[in-house]
Amino acid sequence: MSDRTTDADALSAELARSRRRRNRALLTLIGGILAAVALFEGFFLLRDSQAPKLVTALFAMVWGGGGMAILYLVANQLAEFAPSEWQKRLIPIVFVAPAIAFVVYFLALPAVRTFIASLYDRDGTNFVGLANYITVFTEPFMLVTFRNNVLWIVFGATFTIISGLLVATLADRSRFESLAKAIIFMPMAISLVGAGVIWKFIYAVRDPSDVQIGLLNAIVVAFGGEPQAWIAQLQPWNNLFLIVIVIWMQTGYAMVLFSAAIKAVPSDILEAARVDGAGEFRIFFSILIPSIMGTIVTVSATVIIFTLKIFDVVLVMTGGQYGTDVIATQFYNQYFTNRNFGLGSAIAIVLLITVIPVMVYNLRQFNKRETL
Amino acid sequence: MASLIMRDVRKSFGQVHIIKGVDLDIRHGEFVVFVGPSGCGKSTLLRMIAGLEEITSGEMLIDDKVCNDIAPKDRGIAMVFQSYALYPHKSVYANMAFALEIAGFSKAEIADKVQKAAKILHIEHLLDRKPGQLSGGQRQRVAIGRAIVREPKIFLFDEPLSNLDAALRVSTRAEIAKLHEDLGSTMIYVTHDQVEAMTLADRIVVLEAGFVRQVGAPLELYHRPQNLFVAGFIGSPKMNFMTVQAKVIATGGITIESADVPAITIPVDSTGAVAGAEVTLGIRPEHIHLDDSTGVPVTVDFVERLGHQTIIQAKRSSDDTTLIAVLDGDVPVKAGQTTRFAFAASDCHLFNGEGNAFMRPPMAI
Amino acid sequence: MAMSKGNPFPRAFVNGTLAVICLIWLIPTLGLFVSSFRPRDEIMSSGWWTVLPHKQWVTVSEMKPDATIDRNAPMTFEGATATFEQFRQGVETADGKRVVWIGNKRAGTVQVQQQEWSGLPSVTLQNYHDVLAGKDVTIQSDTGEEAVRKGEDMSDAFINSIAVTLPAVIIPILMAAFAAYGFAWMRFPGRKLVFALMVALLVVPLQIALVPVLTDYVHLRLNGTYLSVWLAHTGFGLPLAVFLLYNYISSLPREIMEAAIVDGASHFKIFWRLVLPLSTPALASFAIFQFLWVWNDYLVALIFIGNVPGVQVLTMRLADMVGSRGSDWHLLTAGGFVSMILPLVIFFSLQRYFVRGLTAGSVK
Repeated sequence: MSDRTTDADALSAELARSRRRRNRALLTLIGGILAAVALFEGFFLLRDSQAPKLVTALFAMVWGGGGMAILYLVANQLAEFAPSEWQKRLIPIVFVAPAIAFVVYFLALPAVRTFIASLYDRDGTNFVGLANYITVFTEPFMLVTFRNNVLWIVFGATFTIISGLLVATLADRSRFESLAKAIIFMPMAISLVGAGVIWKFIYAVRDPSDVQIGLLNAIVVAFGGEPQAWIAQLQPWNNLFLIVIVIWMQTGYAMVLFSAAIKAVPSDILEAARVDGAGEFRIFFSILIPSIMGTIVTVSATVIIFTLKIFDVVLVMTGGQYGTDVIATQFYNQYFTNRNFGLGSAIAIVLLITVIPVMVYNLRQFNKRETL
Repeated sequence: MASLIMRDVRKSFGQVHIIKGVDLDIRHGEFVVFVGPSGCGKSTLLRMIAGLEEITSGEMLIDDKVCNDIAPKDRGIAMVFQSYALYPHKSVYANMAFALEIAGFSKAEIADKVQKAAKILHIEHLLDRKPGQLSGGQRQRVAIGRAIVREPKIFLFDEPLSNLDAALRVSTRAEIAKLHEDLGSTMIYVTHDQVEAMTLADRIVVLEAGFVRQVGAPLELYHRPQNLFVAGFIGSPKMNFMTVQAKVIATGGITIESADVPAITIPVDSTGAVAGAEVTLGIRPEHIHLDDSTGVPVTVDFVERLGHQTIIQAKRSSDDTTLIAVLDGDVPVKAGQTTRFAFAASDCHLFNGEGNAFMRPPMAI
Repeated sequence: MAMSKGNPFPRAFVNGTLAVICLIWLIPTLGLFVSSFRPRDEIMSSGWWTVLPHKQWVTVSEMKPDATIDRNAPMTFEGATATFEQFRQGVETADGKRVVWIGNKRAGTVQVQQQEWSGLPSVTLQNYHDVLAGKDVTIQSDTGEEAVRKGEDMSDAFINSIAVTLPAVIIPILMAAFAAYGFAWMRFPGRKLVFALMVALLVVPLQIALVPVLTDYVHLRLNGTYLSVWLAHTGFGLPLAVFLLYNYISSLPREIMEAAIVDGASHFKIFWRLVLPLSTPALASFAIFQFLWVWNDYLVALIFIGNVPGVQVLTMRLADMVGSRGSDWHLLTAGGFVSMILPLVIFFSLQRYFVRGLTAGSVK
């Protein structure tokens, strides 16, 4: 290393390297400016695009994915030019700011704006204080709505948990575990609208003199009964026929989580209980269930939230008629059909308030895990 | 060329103080081992050298340049991690090339350096494999190879052998020693295994609870521990300790005695000793022999026979504390038997009430 | 594993119960699937389950009863003696045949029927043709009259769904991965607080966001475009995406990150060259989630696309059909199946990643 020629070699190699680095930095800067322009222009281009749909979609993927990647790269490069004290502050911003901006604009800020709107009258001109909230909690049609949501939560969550637990336990002991799970799980891949169509077909009702093509009525008739309009009659119990749909869809979710939890229970505990002479039911209720209590709570919370927000099924099946309105459809009706912006916003806020306990629970869980 | 100096280096996480003021001077080409019980701060200290942990206060200099705020890549260090930390989705070649690519070396330069390092470590045939397809020992080599290609001024090893089985550990230890000989770079090595420390180190740094307890050559630590902690930590089985009274203080030594320890004069530097004070006598198990007439009377508790050695656990008759003796060969002792543990005054260590040693004379080499 | 959990229940009992449950779960979809291939008039005249092989009465001979027979007294045909009312209901003979009086008392005929296995059910693709076609389709009714009607144009909606879904899956993934890495491996003030906010927003109902965003969209002339839906789904999907990816990325071994730092990699390089390739499983599970969510979404599309023709996605088309053709089951069943086919294929081929994602991201 002390030799002069090798010193010079090392120096020129070092120079070449730093030149390469500088060129690269320059290139990324130019690329970045181009990307920013392309992103901006792309916005208008995509908004007004008349090109074939799939071409537009393809362009959008490149626009969104590629453009953002380059923006990240450039922002990062720029941050790296900053003095190292500033780098430490700037680079994290490059990483997290875009996601935060999106979430703030699309979720956090709208919550505030909706709350403000809920304090104004139907077209948002006069401040009315809490009048909309008083309507929400006193009008008979709202009370029916709340009653229905309670039905959804009580029956939907309970039966989803029970059937999920049942299937998970049975499947865990069967050789056909994966097949059974795939079948139970399948409805999760189907849209709520699609599920609505499927079940509407099951509940289809025709004149008693005609052949019943709905499975449920065909069974009833085969046993000598009268065909029923399941989702229109027998209020409020017709809600249960809608709730069945969600149980059908969500059991798969509950099953997957329960199954994972059950498999995580150490088998020596169960064997020890068996050696101690506990029966199978005893083991299930006093060992298995307590061991997976955490999962049961999680699944319940998820299903409750899902049912609170339920919208598509009701809209497709009944459109909210026959006393089947729920909060989410009522919001839609009030806002988009009745054009009562104040009341619609107030309903949305009530929906938000109902999920706050779950939010708090999630945060607690998260903090507990993070401090470990 | 690559020296490392620490001046009153400290590290705290909030209110928790991990490193409580370390001064250290590592010379170029030296192989230094940090040892200590778990939680003593040895790994944190190494990570501070690497730049992975910030230095709360104090100064660290590499080649006489303060490097507290220099990024890890610019410190001229390379590190071998305990879990090897190979990039699982990259081939062995790509693992070793990664740092060079980032540093902006040309393809040819990279290929040249990787090939050279692979040759040193005999892993040329593995270059196309993924880490998942390698054995533990092979991964270890790749991890070292990844460090070598960067031609660092200082190598850092964080317990690199702890994930290997016993046989592989011995052979890899020898290879690391040879690597140090061949490359001549400064190496800093963290371990909790004192055999690794004793065999590899030019100098050992013994850490405890964020303090450096002693720095010295392996045999220096063995023969002249500066305090109770080092005396107890270095050597296996542990040194035996007995509380005795300092009777006579002379320039050439201290005469001690207690109820069951006969009066002996131990040749140590008696500076600061006080007649009549309680002091701690230390004697290594391998320096004890059995005797019928002199020595500490004990009752044999338990005997382990290894063939070439006999390890005796015995209770002191006076206060029931346990003493251990390691004797050469197969010695005919039985549990329950009473005997005496005898030792030469020149093998004894003596510590004052604060646990600091009255130093023994320098070793004659 | 299943065996070691022990099991004094007879296996037949377990498998039997499971089979019954699975059948119940399968039947609704099966009914839809089978019906979508049946001709229109058959769907309306018999239940879909009649395609299963079963015995049915088939007329073997027919006769006109002699006018002189006293219709008010018991009569005898094919060896069966009964009153007119009983024959109207059908009377079984000793050899397993059935005699039925068809028509009125005076001018009716008598049929002799025999149980025979049903033949092969008829299969048609006409329903799919009708719902997929964008142009007019000719429909032949039972009586042979021809009617011309506009097709449901679901092929167009299918393309729209793809155009809406793909970008809405790709765009948030990258953003979320960057953010997840930032939250997991970078230290900056407010990190915990901001991330906690993100976790809290996981369960926020979309309803809260629809109106303010729609107002802005109207100002920007964005409503009714794909872009509006892409951006909205990106915003709505990000909390879950960040949360899922954070869980995965934060569990990558610390030493690998540190090795890369010592090797001189910047955060950007570590993210791009190590974290992203190592996170493929998590990226895949979120991609499937988001795909199913966007493809099956009705609400967001309904609000932001509304009734702009030519942009409508499958769920909207299908919901419209339920409203306008509520009893045209041949169209609804085929349309329903068209809307499900892609998610079902993706779901079954990538189920593993989907399940992993479900267990990792507890609440949405």
